[in-house]
This record gives sequence, structure tokens and C-alpha cells, in this order.
Amino acid sequence: MSKTTLTRRGLLKSGIATGAGLAVPTIFTGAAWAASHSGFTNAPGDSEVVLGFNVPQTGPYADEGADELRAYELAVEHLNGGGDGGMLSTFSSKTLDGTGILGRKVKFVTGDTQTKSDAARASAKSMIEKDGAIMITGGSSSGVAVAVQGLCQEAGIMFMAGLTHSNDTTGKDKKANGFRHFFNAYQSAAALGPVLKALYGDDRKAYHLTADYTWGWTQEESMVAFTEDIGWETVNTVLTPLSATDFSSYIAPVLNSGADVLILNHYGGNMVNSLTNAVQFGLREKMVNGKQFEIVVPLYSELMARGAGQNIKGIPGSQNWDWKLENEKGARYVGTNAFVQSFGEKYGFPPSQAAQTCYAQTLLYADAVARAGSFNPCAVVEALEGFEFDGLGNGPTLYRADDHQCFKDVVVVRGKENPENEFDLVEIVEVTPSEKVTYAPDNEMFAGGNLGECNPGA
Amino acid sequence: MLGLSKKDTTFLLIVIFLTMATPILLQPFPEGSAMATFNAGYPDLMQRFAIFGIFAIGFNILFGLTGYLSFGHAAFLGVGSYSVVWMYKLLDYNVLPGLVLAIITSGIFALAIGYISLRRTGIYFSILTLAFAQMSFNLAYSVLTPLTNGETGLQVYTDDPQILMGENAPNVPHLFGLVMRDSYQLDLGGWLFTFNIGYYFCAVIAILAFYLSLRIFRSPFGMMLRAIKTNQTRLNYTGLNARPYTLAAFVISGMYAGLAGGLLAAMDPLAGAERMQWTASGEVILMTILGGAGTLMGPVLGAGFIKYFENIFSKINDTMLHGWFGWMPDGIEDAILFVSHFFVGKSWHLTLGLMFMLVVIFLPGGLVEGAQRIGRLFRRRGRKAGGPEAEAARQRNPGPAE
Repeated sequence: MSKTTLTRRGLLKSGIATGAGLAVPTIFTGAAWAASHSGFTNAPGDSEVVLGFNVPQTGPYADEGADELRAYELAVEHLNGGGDGGMLSTFSSKTLDGTGILGRKVKFVTGDTQTKSDAARASAKSMIEKDGAIMITGGSSSGVAVAVQGLCQEAGIMFMAGLTHSNDTTGKDKKANGFRHFFNAYQSAAALGPVLKALYGDDRKAYHLTADYTWGWTQEESMVAFTEDIGWETVNTVLTPLSATDFSSYIAPVLNSGADVLILNHYGGNMVNSLTNAVQFGLREKMVNGKQFEIVVPLYSELMARGAGQNIKGIPGSQNWDWKLENEKGARYVGTNAFVQSFGEKYGFPPSQAAQTCYAQTLLYADAVARAGSFNPCAVVEALEGFEFDGLGNGPTLYRADDHQCFKDVVVVRGKENPENEFDLVEIVEVTPSEKVTYAPDNEMFAGGNLGECNPGA
Repeated sequence: MLGLSKKDTTFLLIVIFLTMATPILLQPFPEGSAMATFNAGYPDLMQRFAIFGIFAIGFNILFGLTGYLSFGHAAFLGVGSYSVVWMYKLLDYNVLPGLVLAIITSGIFALAIGYISLRRTGIYFSILTLAFAQMSFNLAYSVLTPLTNGETGLQVYTDDPQILMGENAPNVPHLFGLVMRDSYQLDLGGWLFTFNIGYYFCAVIAILAFYLSLRIFRSPFGMMLRAIKTNQTRLNYTGLNARPYTLAAFVISGMYAGLAGGLLAAMDPLAGAERMQWTASGEVILMTILGGAGTLMGPVLGAGFIKYFENIFSKINDTMLHGWFGWMPDGIEDAILFVSHFFVGKSWHLTLGLMFMLVVIFLPGGLVEGAQRIGRLFRRRGRKAGGPEAEAARQRNPGPAE
């Protein structure tokens, strides 16, 4: 009887032999550059198409990310003909009929951006390289959006930005393959300027606390420009790290600066914490220069209002959209109620503005593909450029060809004094029509960028 | 061969084989099957395996040999990345000048940080390096924004000078025209293998880095480093000054880190400040300990292990879980989904943490020790037996394997 003894050398030898044996046929069979036969990266097959949803599931913007993901799942359900169809019925373009996109069932993959550019790019790359995603969407931080948009441009994939509010996304960092439905810092400031003047007068001294990254910088720049337009003075601007969770050391100096308005250029968890700190320090009860001390949060959201609780009452800010818009401001904002209803039925609470923009972006992409008749990014870009649409909850909207930015009305809100329930935390002060927040493509706050050519990859 | 003993040559050949066959080995499941999620053979992840392998090999030269635990190696990683992206911005997209600059600048950084930090040992050394790394991170994040572009990360813009950029030169990272992102895909009856230029570029550099570290481990210099780890006081009493040796080890491992950082930017032309954060330094320590500190292969294994978890487990979502467990009765399925939530998707850190605890408690020598134990399991019979069998075993295995 022969005895088999397993030795390291024997194992290796046979291992190498097997490996080589396995590798031999590859020399003869492989011949095609798989991606090239269809002319663009990740061309989908005949039965299904994969979209990549890249959102922050951890970090300061995790709440927004979770809501974005809910909206994406809802959008996919509606595109595939499930549920009540949501905004498909109100959308002005009627190419989507619930049979997926161009007859292909929509599937999706998700990833965690961790609110870090590096992690977001790694996650997006794995979606493109491993899962064959044809379009990437998401991001709840402009730094991440800018980084992923750059990656998609290089890889030849469409990027439909989620919640990103920096001027740079469609300004100096704009890319041909990237599109943004959300409004931006300039539009926030332009809408807030007149409202702030009416609320607090034209003789104020403002102190800015700003999240230290692309969004914070452009938000601060825009707010400084528009508040100085109405006669305010800027006392000081201070940058805070995005990862900060305690802002008390930044709030204390405000008390002695002589400022009577604190502008918090913070978002998500940052804003919840800095506002809470500011209220704890008694800023809101203070009288400075004979005036009541006020706090302004330029970019607002229901999720943040929920996080900040009592502290948010009476604080003004701006939003891209609000779930009460159609009820309070009329049929111009058709689509809002349809979306709120199907979102509410599925998840049990109304959607945030992050959810709305992500849902709209998914539909806009699907519709552009359907109208173009092709998944080729260059065809989709052409279909989206200069596209005018309505019925997605924001009123009539234009996707401007010059910078791939959407132009639509901006909602100015403030924290409600007596909320009826935990979802009804903000009241709509005013809706600023889109003409008032439209700017020239070569505006100095957006200068320096170049869309470049659309890139189909492969 | 190449100044290595026979055993080491075999070892090196195995490493070369494994590295070269990675695109095949990491793709064990056919496309479209339920298990395809666990395939890791796509370019980005394979590049990360190689790059973080280099990072961990370099870290191990310092930590594994001298026992000095640096908490600041991420700083060199970041410096390397920024160097490469700046070379893209100033010269052109060829990765070579950037990588050379990455090694040089990180070497200079390591010399400066090491010169100061190595005046202390043990925990004080660790704290000093941590302080330096946090300082570099904050500089990159908010102070030196013109150099680093802060949180957004340094990118190449169309209006950058790029003075060497030719007419038809690719506008993505390349090596003399070989574009890093290009791949050759091979469809073999369901199995899809991707052979990526960038990966093989990293792989070749990783093998060179591994070879260099092998030589350092076997050299008198390596012996001296081990002596420092074993008993530095005794070494001092014999009249030897240990600091030049530790400083050399620190600089070498810093250069390895810089090279790894440079390669990250060579694969993906963006350098973010978070690369320099202390968590990145912690990650490389985890990799080294998880794999087995002081062993040659351990850090590479650890790097692969952690990157695999980060990129594969974090992507498992509810829809996939539902797909796997959908056949079960509703109640049981819900229960499984509920429990799984703690271990996959955004909670992948918990799975990794548990694995790390298990390894540290039961395999203090890391994954390498695990492999050795399994190896011994197969060999024991031969060696413990008496008579001619033992003799044969002794001849087969002249010494304990590395």
C-alpha cells in the first residue's frame, strides 16, 4: 500500500503545476477587450442595468445618507414598475413606463463614502470595476461629490450628484459627465439676503463659523458677499474641521467679538452640534449692540432640524425643497405630494430634501437614457443639457448646458415655534423664484472650471 | 540566487507566483453566481492589496525588527501621495518622476521626524510619532491648503501647467504610455478575470520591495535591528550606539510608506488629507499585528485581510442578504437579517474587530502562526515517529520553516 505524505515542497510543486495548467487555456481563448465591443464603459446587457448608489453611511452626514438610500430604493422600485409610481405620473417627460430603463430591469449596488474623498473613490471604483455600474450617484458632502465626479469623468461613467451644495461642484470643478439637481451656496445666499434684511435689518455684524472644505468655503464666500450687499459687516470668519463634534471652543470667542449675528456654515451632524453648543452658551438670549443676537443656518434640512430639536426654533435658512411645498404653495410644485405619499407609505415618515434630490436625479437619468435611446454617457449628456422639465416637486426647472446645474426655485424656511409633530419642524417663509437666483455661467464665484469633453470611457 | 539561500529563493518564487496569479486566485466564483460578491479580483482592490502590502512590509522593517511602534506612518503615506499629484500637475501624467519624488520627500520627512522621535523609546516614541503625524494631518487639512487643497483633496485641473505634457499623451496616470487603468479582461465560461496594468505595475514594485525587505531581514544590519529589539540596554553597554541603526530603519520604512502613498496616487490621481490621519497609521499597525509582526509574509497577509473586509463586507446590503436568505421562513429570515446587520454593510468594522480579537488571543503570532500550526499538523506525524521514518522526516525538513 502506498502512503501519501503531504510535504510543503510537494504541495507547492503540484500547486504550481495546477496553476500553470489552469492558466494555459487563457492564452488561447482570451482575445476580446471585453468593454470595447459596445463603445463605452460598462455597457449593460439585454436584461438588466446596474446603478451605483454611493452615500455616507457613517460620519457626520450619515443621516442624510440613510435618507438618500431610501429614496434611491424607492426610485428603483418605481422605475421597475413597483409601488404607486411616485413622481413618474407627474413628471413632465413621459418616456418612463415602469419597465425599467430601455426595457432593462434596474438593479443597484450600494457603498459607504464615509464622508471621505478617498473612501468614496474606492467605493465608486469598486462599483465601476466590480459591479459594472453604468451610473454613480450620491454623496452628501461636496468634497466627496467633487472627488467622485472627477473619477467618473476619468472612467467614462455618468455622475448624478446627490446632495452637494458647494459652488465648485458645478463651478471650478465641473465635469462634462457630472450633473447636479441640488441648488448651491450662491443660490442659498441670493435667496437668503433679502429675507435676512427684512428679518434683522441692514445694520448687523456677522461672525461666520465655516466647515473647512469646499462647501464651507464657497458657502461662506457667498454669504459674505450677499450679507455685505445688504449692508452687514463681517466681523470674523473661522474655519472648523469637518470631523469636529464639539464646537464650544469656537463659540466662546463669538461672545467677545462684538458680532450680533452668528452664521453657521455647517451641515448635518456638524450643524446640530455647533447650534446646540451656541444655544448652550446662551447666545440666543444675548443682547449685543442693543439688538437681539441671532443665528443663521444658510443650508437647512428637516433631518438637521430633527437632530437639533428645540434649538432650531426661529432660525432661518434655505432648502432645495420641502415636503409641505405643494400643500402650502400650490400646484406649481406638483410632484411633491405624489413623492411624499409613496415615500411615507414605504417608510412611515416624510422624505428630506436629500431624498427628493436623489430620487429626482435617478428619474432624470433614466429619462435621459430613454430619450437618448442609449446608455452611452455622451448621448445621455446631450439629452440632459438644456433639458427643461417640471413635475418633480421643484416647479419648472432647467438643466443648464453651460455648467450642468439645475435652476429652480429656492425655499427659504425657519424653525417652527410650535411644531405639531416631529416631522413638521420647519415653516416655509418664502419661495424665491428661480430668476432671482440665476447667475451668469461666468460668475466670478464659479470661474476657473472647464466642463471638458464628455467621456464614454472604453 | 540573488544572494539568497535556497530556502529564501523558493520563498521568493512562491511570493512572485502568488502575486502574479492574484487576478485568477481572487476570482474563485463565476460571475452572476450568488457568491460573486466575495470575488475580490477587480483592479482597484488588487492594487490596494499590493500597495498596502508594500506599506505593511515597510512598517514591519521598523516595528517587526526593532520593536519601535510608530503611530505616525500615515504622514509618509500622505506625503508620497501629494508628491505624485504635484508631479502630475507640474510635469505630466507619467508616474515615474512622482514616485521618485515621493520616496525622496518621505525619506526627508522620516529623517526629520525620526531624528527627534528616536531620542525616546517605547510609549514616548509612539506618542511623539503620533504627534508629528497629527501635526502633518492638520497642516495638510487646513493650514497648507494651497499645497494640499484641504479636505477636497489635491486634484489635477485642465489649467495646470503640465510642462512635459505631449500632444497625444494620455491624460490619466501612465508609465511611458502604458495607461494604469487599462485592463485585459478574460471571459472563461462564466469566470471573468481582469488583468490590469496598474495592478501589475504595483505588483512588480511590491515584489522588489519584498525582496529588499528579505535581504534586510537576512543581513547583518537586520541582525543588529533584532538585537535592538531584544535588549537595547545590553547593546548600549557593549559600546554600540543603537540610534543610527534605528534611524536608518525608520527612514527606510518611511520611504516604503512614501512609495505606497505615491502608488496610491499613481493608480488614482487624487491625494486626500485623510490619508494622513492617525486612523491610517492605526490601520497599518493592525495589518502588521494581524498578519504577524516580525515575519516576512505576515504584514502582506494582514494588509490583504483588512482591505478585503473593508471593500467586500462593507458592500453587502439588505437586498443581497434578502437574496441569500429569502428562501427561509419570514420569522427566521428577519432574525438572521437583524443579526447580520451588526456584521456587514456599515458595521463591517465589528466583524474585523472580532477577527482581530480572535487572532490576538488565540494566534499571538498572527495569521502566519495560524498557517504554521496548520503546517505542523501535517508534519508532526513524520517528525515524532521513531526509526527510519523520523530519519526521513529530518532529511525532508532540515530546519523549522520560516
